This record gives sequence, C-alpha cells and structure tokens, in this order.
Amino acid sequence: MSAAGAEIAAEVLPPPSRGLRFGWIRRIGHSKVATIGLLIILFWAVVAVTAPWISPFPPNLPIRPMASAGVRAPNGAVFWLGTDHLGRDILSRIIWGSRTVLVYAPLATACSFVIGITAGLLAGFKRGWIDEALSRITDLVLAFPALVLYIIIISKFGASGINIVLAVTLASSPAIMRLTRGLVLALRTRAFVAAAQLRGEPAWRVMVVEILPNASGPLIVDACLRLGYVVITIGTLGFLGLGLPPPDPDWGGMINDTRKFALVFPHMVLFPCLAVCSLVLGFNLLADGLRELVTED
Amino acid sequence: MLKPSTLLALDDVSISYHTRAGAVPAVTGVSLAIDEGEAVGLVGESGCGKSTLAMAILGHLGGRGAVVGGEIRFAGRALAGMSPDEIRRMRGRGIGIVYQEAMAALNPSMRIGAQLTETLIVHRGTSRDAARKAAIATLAEVKLPDPERVMDAYPHQLSGGQQQRVVIAMALLPEPRLLLLDEPTTALDVTVEAGIIDLLNGLRRSRGTAMLFISHNLGLVGQLCERVAVMYSGELVETGSVADMFATPRHPYTMGLFSCIPRPDLPRREQHLTPIRGQVSPPNARPPGCIFAPRCDWFQAGRCDAVRVPLEAVDLASDARVRCLRWREIAPEPRPAWEALATGAAEQTILAVSRLDKTYQLRSGGAVVRANQQLSFDVPRGRTLAVVGESGCGKSTFANVLMGLTSATAGEIRFETTDLAKLPLDRRPALLLRDLQMVFQNPDETLNPCYSVGRQIGRAVRKLGVERDRAGVQARVRALLGLTRLPAAFASRRPRQLSGGQKQRVGIARAFAGTPKLVVADEPVSALDVSVQAAITELLRDIQRNQDTTLVIISHDLGFVRYIADRVVVMYLGQVMEAGSAEEVFAPPYHPYTEALLSAAPVAGLARNRRIVLSGELPSAMAPPSGCPFQTRCPRKLGAICETERPPEQLLAGGHRILCHIPPDELGRVPPVYAPEETLAVD
Repeated sequence: MSAAGAEIAAEVLPPPSRGLRFGWIRRIGHSKVATIGLLIILFWAVVAVTAPWISPFPPNLPIRPMASAGVRAPNGAVFWLGTDHLGRDILSRIIWGSRTVLVYAPLATACSFVIGITAGLLAGFKRGWIDEALSRITDLVLAFPALVLYIIIISKFGASGINIVLAVTLASSPAIMRLTRGLVLALRTRAFVAAAQLRGEPAWRVMVVEILPNASGPLIVDACLRLGYVVITIGTLGFLGLGLPPPDPDWGGMINDTRKFALVFPHMVLFPCLAVCSLVLGFNLLADGLRELVTED
Repeated sequence: MLKPSTLLALDDVSISYHTRAGAVPAVTGVSLAIDEGEAVGLVGESGCGKSTLAMAILGHLGGRGAVVGGEIRFAGRALAGMSPDEIRRMRGRGIGIVYQEAMAALNPSMRIGAQLTETLIVHRGTSRDAARKAAIATLAEVKLPDPERVMDAYPHQLSGGQQQRVVIAMALLPEPRLLLLDEPTTALDVTVEAGIIDLLNGLRRSRGTAMLFISHNLGLVGQLCERVAVMYSGELVETGSVADMFATPRHPYTMGLFSCIPRPDLPRREQHLTPIRGQVSPPNARPPGCIFAPRCDWFQAGRCDAVRVPLEAVDLASDARVRCLRWREIAPEPRPAWEALATGAAEQTILAVSRLDKTYQLRSGGAVVRANQQLSFDVPRGRTLAVVGESGCGKSTFANVLMGLTSATAGEIRFETTDLAKLPLDRRPALLLRDLQMVFQNPDETLNPCYSVGRQIGRAVRKLGVERDRAGVQARVRALLGLTRLPAAFASRRPRQLSGGQKQRVGIARAFAGTPKLVVADEPVSALDVSVQAAITELLRDIQRNQDTTLVIISHDLGFVRYIADRVVVMYLGQVMEAGSAEEVFAPPYHPYTEALLSAAPVAGLARNRRIVLSGELPSAMAPPSGCPFQTRCPRKLGAICETERPPEQLLAGGHRILCHIPPDELGRVPPVYAPEETLAVD
C-alpha cells in the first residue's frame, strides 16, 4: 500500500510553472488596459525626472503674458502651450508641476497605506477592544467630509507639502483600514493561520508574513485607484489655494490662478486640466487591468 | 402489471465544453435508460461528468456546453427537437432537480412560501390561495413539521436538513415524473442524511417519481436505487442492478470504489482498504484504449491500450454491462488484513481529560453556549482516539481547547504532566508546541497559497527547533516529503499546483515536522474524493505506527472511525454520551444516540442495517434540553426521568461508559445494528 502511495504522488506531477508569488505583476503585459495605464504613468514619471532638461523655459520666469499656444518667445523659442497671465510658459510649468504631483501623491498614498494596513491588520486579527477602538476612530474620521478635513488641517497648519501628505493620510487611511480589516477577517480563520500559531509564530509574523501577502492583490488594486484619487485631491487643494505656496508650479494651483481668464484664454486652464486627467486616467486604467489579473490568479 | 415504460433515454450521448483551449469532451457515449418510477444511481469521483450529464438532461448546459452526439429523449420526445419554450415546460413539469447546496438553491431574501408558490402562480396561473395550499401540502409531504410556519420563514431560519427538504418540496411541486438528485445529502450530517434518504424512498412509493441519484457514496445508492451506473472520466464503465453489482463488482474501477471505502459494519481486522492510485484523467488527456488503464492494477500493455473498450453485456439474463476487456479474468485479490496492535496491559495514558467545560458568552443578551460540558476521557499513548458526533456537538471546540487556540472554562486536560486546559498558545513552551500538532480539514486552506511547499514545511522545522542550519532544514523537508510519499521536487511547488490529496499530504508533513507526540486531525479526509480518502487514511495510520504518535481524530464518518480508531468518544450537544474502545462502541450495549448514528451511516455493502431515523432537529446549544441532552430525539426515551434528571454515567466492563437512564442490561439486549450474519464475508 505504501508503494501505491508513492505512485500516487509521483505519477500526477502537476504541470510545471514558475510559481511566482506575484505572478500577475509579470503578466501586466497580458492586459491591454493595464499596459496603457502603466505607459501613461511612466510617461509622467520620465517627464518629472527629466524636467530640468526638457522644459524650454524656467517655470517661474515671467516672459510674455497671455501668449497663445504656438507663439514665439523673444528669444525665438516657442511657447508650445502658450503662457499664463503672468507670462510664464505653461508647458514648462506643467513639466515642473509633474514633480510636485509625482512626489506628494505616492508619498501620501504610501503613508495612508502604512497606517491603514497596520490598523487594519491589528483590528482584523486581534479583534476585541483594539478592533472596537480602531473602528470607532475610523467611523469618526469618515463622518467628516474629506474636503472639510483638508481645509481645517491646511488652514490650521499652513500650506506645505508635508501638511498635504498629513491631511491626505488622515483622510484616506480609514478607508484602507476598513478594506484591510475585511480581508484579514476572511483570512484569519484559514487553517494555515492556525498552523502558524500552533508552531508558535509571534502575532506580528502571523499578520505580516502569513496574512498580509494573501491580501496583497486587492490592496495593490486599491493603491492604484487611490493614487489617482490623491492626484485629484492634490489638484483640488491647489485649486482651493491650499496647495503648495506660490510661485512653485502645481497643476491645481495653475488652474486656480488662471480660471478668471478661462473664457478668453482657455489654454491657460485646459492644459493643466488635461495633465491631471491623463495621470488619473493612467492610475485608473492600471488599477482596472490589475484587478482583472489579480482575480484571474 | 404492465411493463414500465422508459421515461428517460440517453442514447450514446456525448457532451463537450468549448473553452479557449478547444473543445473539452466531458461526457462521451453514455447510454442510459430510466423507467417510470425507477431509481437509478450514478456513481463516480468528482470530475467524471456526472453533473454535466444532469445539466444536459435538463437542457441547461449553458453557453459553452453542448450535446455533440447522441440523443436525449424524455417521455419519448427528443430534447434536441424541442423549442426553448417546450424545454422550459419540461423542466417544470417533467423533470425536477435537487442540488447539493440547499442554501445556494434558496433565495435568502425571500420567504419560503413566496419561493414555493412563485412558479405555480407565475407559470401556471394558479391562484394565490390554491398555490399556497399546494405548497403547504407539499411541505407536509416532505415531513417538515409545522408547514405553515415554514412558509413564513426565511431560509436562514431553517436548519440544513430542513432547507434540503424545502428544496425537494420545491422540485416536487410541479409534480415532475423524474427527479434529478445531485449529491443532495453531501453537505448534511449522517442522521439528517438518513432522514432525507427515508423521505426520498417514501416519495418513490407514494408518488412513483423516477429518480436519477448522483452520488459518490455507494452506500446511499444502495439504500435508494435499484440500478447503478458507474461513471469514470466521462464514460459509463459498468451498469447493472444494485444487488448484482454490490455482490460482484466487475469493473476494476467499481471494485476500487468498494475497496477504498472503510465500512462501519466491519471490524477493522476484516477490512482491506485499498486506495485507487492516481487521479481521474482530465478530459483532453484521456489515454487511448481503456480510459481507466493508468490507474488499473490489471492493466495489460498491448491489450488494454490498443483499442477503445466497448461496454459489453455480461450475460443475456440481466442488463449488466461492463467496459473492461478482462472482466472475466480478474477478481479482487484478498489483501493483507490489519495486524492487530498488541493490546498490552501497560497502556500508558498520554492525555487525560477530566470534567472539562468550555462556555462561550455571546455578546447579544448574555446568552451562554456550553460547547463542552464535563468532558472526561483518557487517550492511551500511541493509539487513536476518535471523537464523533453531529456538527455542532462540540468536537471542534474540544480540539481548539486542546490545541490552545482557546482556553477552557473549567476542568483539566493533562498532557503527560502538563495541564493544558488554561494554557493558551502564547504561554506554551516550545517543546510542548512541538509535541502537539494538528492536521486540518480543508486541503485548500491548510497551506498558505503565497509560499512554496518546501518553505512552509521548512518554516515549521525551523520554528519547532528540529533543525537550525539551512542544509539540515532542507534535508528534514525532504525526509518529511518522503514520509508523506511525495517526491522531493514538490518542495519548490506552490499549493495551487497540487491536488487536494497532495495538499493534505503536505499538511500532514508539516504537522509531523517536529516528531509530535500527539496529533489532532480535524476531519482529515472529509473534504477529499473517496479514492483519495483511502490513501490519506492509510498514510495517517502508517505514520502513526512508525512514529508511535497518538492521534486524536475528530470525525463524523463512522466508517473512517471504525477503520482507524482504537477508542471512540461519542459526543452530543457538548457532552460525552458514550466512550470506550472501538469494539465496545460499535457493538451493544449502545447508547441510544450511538445506535442511531450507527444505523444512519450508509454502508457500501449488501448488509441491510437496522435503521433508526432520528426525529426532530438538533436542539440549540444555547437552550439545551433539561435532564438528558438527547431526550428530545431519543427513540428509547423512558419518560419523565429523562426530562428532569441528568442521566448517570454507567460504567461497564473494560472502561466502557454510557450516559443513560436505561440500565446497561437492557441496553445490551438490543440486536447489533450491523448483524454479523448479514455481513458479507470479504474473502
């Protein structure tokens, strides 16, 4: 009978595969939607990194106010997207502005995820009073309209990059905590979690090593969506005048500064808007594509 | 009497699914006929095409599946020639279906009454009152107590057994001539299952409904059907009457199915459990010639793999057919019997449970659930103790307390010298963790999908302090894979690349990483296919004997328990009803509950056992009955004393204990549930 057992196992070797833990990350290329999203994001990343070399003018230099797209500058160079009311080149400001967005949006998202995941793991795994406390705090924060929260924080502590990050973290980590908690609740009763406890693994290891990787799919999809959302938030804050202090370029701020001229000189508003839209679209497409790949897995 | 006419005829039916990888032939060349009022069993492992066939009979294969050959005729009319409208009508009045998952078949947001009457009102134009009357009458017919109340209930307010009865009632309402039953009792407890089988038998008698009963359980098929068709990898491999096939199975696969099921009616020294090796071939990788060839012990190269094997009539007298070239030449060989363990006098107790209580306080309203009450029993070292009982009897709670996943409320669990009852996991010393390990029920949940097999076993090896350095851990992982008869190359595989049985083997390897003294196995085979169950059962038993491990097995499968256990504890509503050696528990005197459990268990043999079908539902653990916990369902209830006084624990010879008011002499006077003279001699 033992011989029969050995045959059972040997005979039916499942098809070999590379067996990656995050195999779907490599398969991004299989999803058209995800690839397009990723390409858009990479485009903006390259723009942000190479800003000093590719921007035709210094972003804060007033040259010739109210120039339309395609007008030549005094030195012969072209204002491809025109200039704003103070005569600064819009293309250069968009290029430099991508740095702001691509630094603060990922930073804020990362902070929200660190806090949200930690809280979610603790609440979902430990349950009891920790869960109660964290869930109530979450309810409290979520009860405020996010925008009101931003306005209160920024106007209290002043407009700066760090404060934007803090405000976004505070406002979005509760939702991440809820998502994580839900995933953990479904995973904590799995037998492999009990098996880890039975061999004496400490709680942090059970949470981080056993549970978290199994929740990573939905969390990564959510991270992409949230990145897009944070890009909009940063734009909104800029638009409300709560963004980075002037004169540094900031897409939302650019729209805010020029909106009174929008009817006469639509290009001043249009191009920063397109920049925000394309980046958000990139993140959303990537999230959509990843969602398919994750569920396929 | 007139010769019954053929109701359903499948003639050389082939069904394929269209997938991205091309057409997948799920069913090939199946011919089967069901007469009016006849019950036919369709048996086989999962993945054999049983359910596909049922769906095809309903004309419900979905967008990807299609009947690509042959013909299905119902009441003389070919399904292929029917308009969609006619098919819909046939589904309603002609053929009803009962699925495995009752909860999934019922809409959770609608009252039972609305769901039952809907079809009648919408499709038949029956008046609301008439429909309600018909529904209540049918609910009464499926023996649901208080049908009026059930009509107004939501599905979640009913137990699993009641839900399945509602689903059967729903299928019966349009008065179908044929009922398709797709594993209707698989999700239910044995006692509930016995009730459903009784009900189906009764319906056949009273209504004359024909039935196609799809199951992997030969025992159930034997209780309900006259004829059986055994299906393997999309083909019928053997058909015939139940009486004939159970007496002399002819196809190697049928023999395999019989010999891999442990039977509760035979003592284990008379049982010869043999797993069927390998797995069902996937539909697009079927071997040439005989489809069963890769798993067959009687395979002959050059003969069995030469041509496709036809279904051959066994003789002219019966309609028995078999798809095997060698059926005349082969017979099951007598296999080595179980060697009896020396029952030495020096039985040492490794685990002593005494007066163990576990109480859960529910948050809402402060209700109290007494999940374990006054549990007391001993486990001898190196032996196997089985804890049996219906779901909700507190078996798993006991396992959790023992393992330290939760703490006891009162009482003691002495493991060697340590009291575990109030020692939660994080306070247990490393050596104790190593000594106590667990094998889990669900193979899909036992392994972390994110890590390779080797990494998971290796982590257990390192964490339990068996080996520290890399080379040592790797060697130990290889040794453990060998122990569970998996190739060493499996170390680099991910759980999703393994079959259910293989995952369970890895789970066992992980549990034995630190050479534990005691292993708790919570339903270790119940989620596996029958052919795999036997292999895992054998594996557990072998490892246990080689390593002298003590096993505590939580199970509801009495055949499995009889095969593997030395001692048995029968639990009901958190209390021990009976405890003793396997021989004692499986023979009179029985506790009335044990008697009911044993008689409810389906037996894959011809021996017809006495049947006791428990009435009523398992009482809620929050409001247990007064006196004896079993008094509400006990068929041998004495009277008022059972309702008022907790029964005494009656000690019989050899440490056999029964919690009952009936004196042991009287309990001993009942005939055994499995009468020995009726038992078929295997050799």
